Amino acid sequence: MMNKVKMLAILVFLCQGLLGCAPAQKNYYYWGKYEQLIHDMYVKPGTADAGTQIQKLTTDIQKAQNYGKEVPPGVYAHLGFMYALKGNIAQAEDAFNEEKARYPESVVFIDGMMNRAKEKRAVTNE
Amino acid sequence: MNKPINMTLSKKVIFLLPILVSILSGCVSQPPYDYSALIQSKPRSIVVIPPMNNTVEVNAQYKFLSTISKPLADKGYYVFPVSVIDHFLKENGLPTPAEMNSIPLDKIGEIIGADAVLYVSIDQWGQKFQLISSKAIVGAKLRLVDVKTGAQLWDAKVYAEKASGDGGGGIMGALVAAVVEQVSGSIKDQTVGLSRTANNMAINSHRRGLLDGPYRPVSP
Repeated sequence: MMNKVKMLAILVFLCQGLLGCAPAQKNYYYWGKYEQLIHDMYVKPGTADAGTQIQKLTTDIQKAQNYGKEVPPGVYAHLGFMYALKGNIAQAEDAFNEEKARYPESVVFIDGMMNRAKEKRAVTNE
Repeated sequence: MNKPINMTLSKKVIFLLPILVSILSGCVSQPPYDYSALIQSKPRSIVVIPPMNNTVEVNAQYKFLSTISKPLADKGYYVFPVSVIDHFLKENGLPTPAEMNSIPLDKIGEIIGADAVLYVSIDQWGQKFQLISSKAIVGAKLRLVDVKTGAQLWDAKVYAEKASGDGGGGIMGALVAAVVEQVSGSIKDQTVGLSRTANNMAINSHRRGLLDGPYRPVSP
């Protein structure tokens, strides 16, 4: 009986040790289909058109929120790019702004891209 | 009859063991990787320029590109969206990887705003089908450069290979296995998974991997 208790105590101790060292940080981001979509849009064109990508990425973002995980760098920017390809400018800008808010490192690139797109639209609308 | 031979063999092994161990430990005690430039630069963000592809596999650079964001971001860096960058560069008059890889650093700083650039050259990529086995290989060189100073911050060779086919059952069994693998291999490309493994190993290597970036969460 005593032995069993001891064993249990050791086991609990070991488990705690393992959990403490366990790479909880590895689950920081929810990656979902992002990299698979990058692969498919180049290697299997036709299986990852803008509409499909928007649907899969928004599902991933929802899942990240459900699991309490972060949306990884680049995902919102990639989503914005897909909205822009479909000509859905308002939603593209929303996604780009989300990327900037989460990752200020992206501000220079995204602002430049949005400004140039605005200028382009102004020229074509004239 | 066999016993004496085995004895001398095992004696030989025992005799050789210390020599082997000393050779192996000799390999381990290399000088530590020089991180001084990386520590000084402390980059927060990395832009991955579409790789130079020195192989005959036409899509190697894109397959590689689909396996590099996760390990870099999980290491704690902001990684610019690789295909948005690729599209952006193509739209701005740089249609080939060779042209993309020769953009002046000050332009990258001005237009992309990245702290560091990752240059990649792919040297090996593909699946070789031999008579009774198949072998997949991925090999590339990575070079991380400071956008402001041009200094090299980190470099690595990524490499992984996977052989398969000898699953027992004699030559006929092996032939059947190889044929099955070739058929299924054409559906599921082994090189993408290998590239993911190779990048993970290089970036997270204890001896000379990349150091943690600012988004690396502290373990609780």
